[in-house]
Amino acid sequence: MSMPYRERRRILQAMLAAGGCALAPPLLAQQPLVTRPIPSSGEQLPVVGLGSWITFNVGNDAQARAACTEVVKAFFAGGGRLVDSSPMYGSAQSVIGEALARLGHPAALFAADKVWTSSGGPAQIETSRTLWRIPRFDLLQVHNLLAWDAQLPLLLRMKATQRLRYVGITTSEGRRHGEIVKLMESQPLDFVQISYNVLDREVENRILPLARERRIAVIVNRPFRQGELTQALAGKPLPGWASEIGCSSWAQVLLKFIVSHPDVTCAIPATSNPRHALDNMLAARGPMPDQALRRRIVADVKRLT
Amino acid sequence: MSEWWTYTLSDFLMFSKPTYFRLFALLNEAVWPAHLVALLAGLALVLAILRGAGKAGRLAAVLLAVCWLWVAWTYHAQRYAGINLAGPYFAMGFALQTVLLAWLATRRRAPAIASWHGPLGGLAFALVLAALLVYPLFAVFDGRGWQQAEVFGIAPDPTVAATLGMLLLWRAPPLLWIVPLLWCFVSGATLRELHAAQAWALPAVGVLALAAMLVARLRMRPLPRQHTQLGN
Repeated sequence: MSMPYRERRRILQAMLAAGGCALAPPLLAQQPLVTRPIPSSGEQLPVVGLGSWITFNVGNDAQARAACTEVVKAFFAGGGRLVDSSPMYGSAQSVIGEALARLGHPAALFAADKVWTSSGGPAQIETSRTLWRIPRFDLLQVHNLLAWDAQLPLLLRMKATQRLRYVGITTSEGRRHGEIVKLMESQPLDFVQISYNVLDREVENRILPLARERRIAVIVNRPFRQGELTQALAGKPLPGWASEIGCSSWAQVLLKFIVSHPDVTCAIPATSNPRHALDNMLAARGPMPDQALRRRIVADVKRLT
Repeated sequence: MSEWWTYTLSDFLMFSKPTYFRLFALLNEAVWPAHLVALLAGLALVLAILRGAGKAGRLAAVLLAVCWLWVAWTYHAQRYAGINLAGPYFAMGFALQTVLLAWLATRRRAPAIASWHGPLGGLAFALVLAALLVYPLFAVFDGRGWQQAEVFGIAPDPTVAATLGMLLLWRAPPLLWIVPLLWCFVSGATLRELHAAQAWALPAVGVLALAAMLVARLRMRPLPRQHTQLGN
């Protein structure tokens, strides 16, 4: 299956602009984008999104904000859609809003944000929307389950009145999985966001199977353990099997491991480097590892880190 | 916060090392030539220590109060708050220290500066000099260039380090030690999580100053009003 010429040209141009030719084999860029459906609607999402924790919190630094715009530009050029942020991420929301405005509000955007407050949810959501400079969010999630009993009904009401398309909950670093499971079992959730990577795989036991059973889309944060994995693997040669799945970097291997899990909808790596953004997006293309290779990736990453 | 024991300091770090140190480059660029005024204030502190008597103690307290207020506004409120949700609270803490220093400067009994001759006085003077002369060099030693230099009266850490030296020389009331020592912990923890080479510096200043203050209180009788030998 080949991709449309215009899309192929757009990606190759973005690769050139980001100086990513050495990183991104043109053949891989010509592979079609791998997408997964949101179970509750069937809407397709590319399996790699864009996170903004730490990387987009650059304050009023004009130079850094311009670099973040380049990251967002590379992300969309690579075929990305889902951008995720939170009121807890400092200036990240306003940085995203500025980037979207500078890029002419890309139509592909799937805007995912969070509500993170024990009271005043509507006001916080409106502030977030203003910072993003968008008419409405596609997805709002209760951040780290904070005051979920107050915020989840609010988000469900927003969805019922068509002011929001999807509702979700989040956690990170493996915390509060017991409550996450209870809410997945009892609430009409569209999304759940959890931490999952080659070395932190507890969610494979209960949360991912439950998401499949309950038809809940899964967003994966901390795919690189906040940079720990990519730093530990930096400079180490890629094993021979990497070429079998079209990977030219460890970041792509780590992402392909995550998004090849059938119950994962989308991973959201964060970066402040446009080259890395494009490199990450290439993990959403080409062949994915099978079960045997997934086991081998785990073994090799454990051995090398 | 549920499962609070699973959280580490790194979970609260919401910005990167380059972003943190870029703040100082942006701050330095924005407030220049305030550095010249800060330099004069630093020289005035040194002269006050050398002179030690008369109105020097009051003058030093006023200068430091102005520095803390300036840092509270230009650094914490206007810049650090942009990347750290706790920034406004830090600004309030620095403003509170301004009030305390102003109280010290204006109370009926003038804050006497102890002599810097002697081990504890010498340590206190060394802390002030290190804040003025060594702190700006950290950025250079770290390969980040002069643009990111942390300067007394402009950046929080050297301002706090110099203040701790002066608190020791003043034998200041315990109330005035709280905010500077808390900042030593906050800044040290932040820089440690950022894997910054200078992470040890301010906590070390805090520990040295605190230890010296405790030794001075144990060893010494109440100070006469002016220019008393510290630590002998």
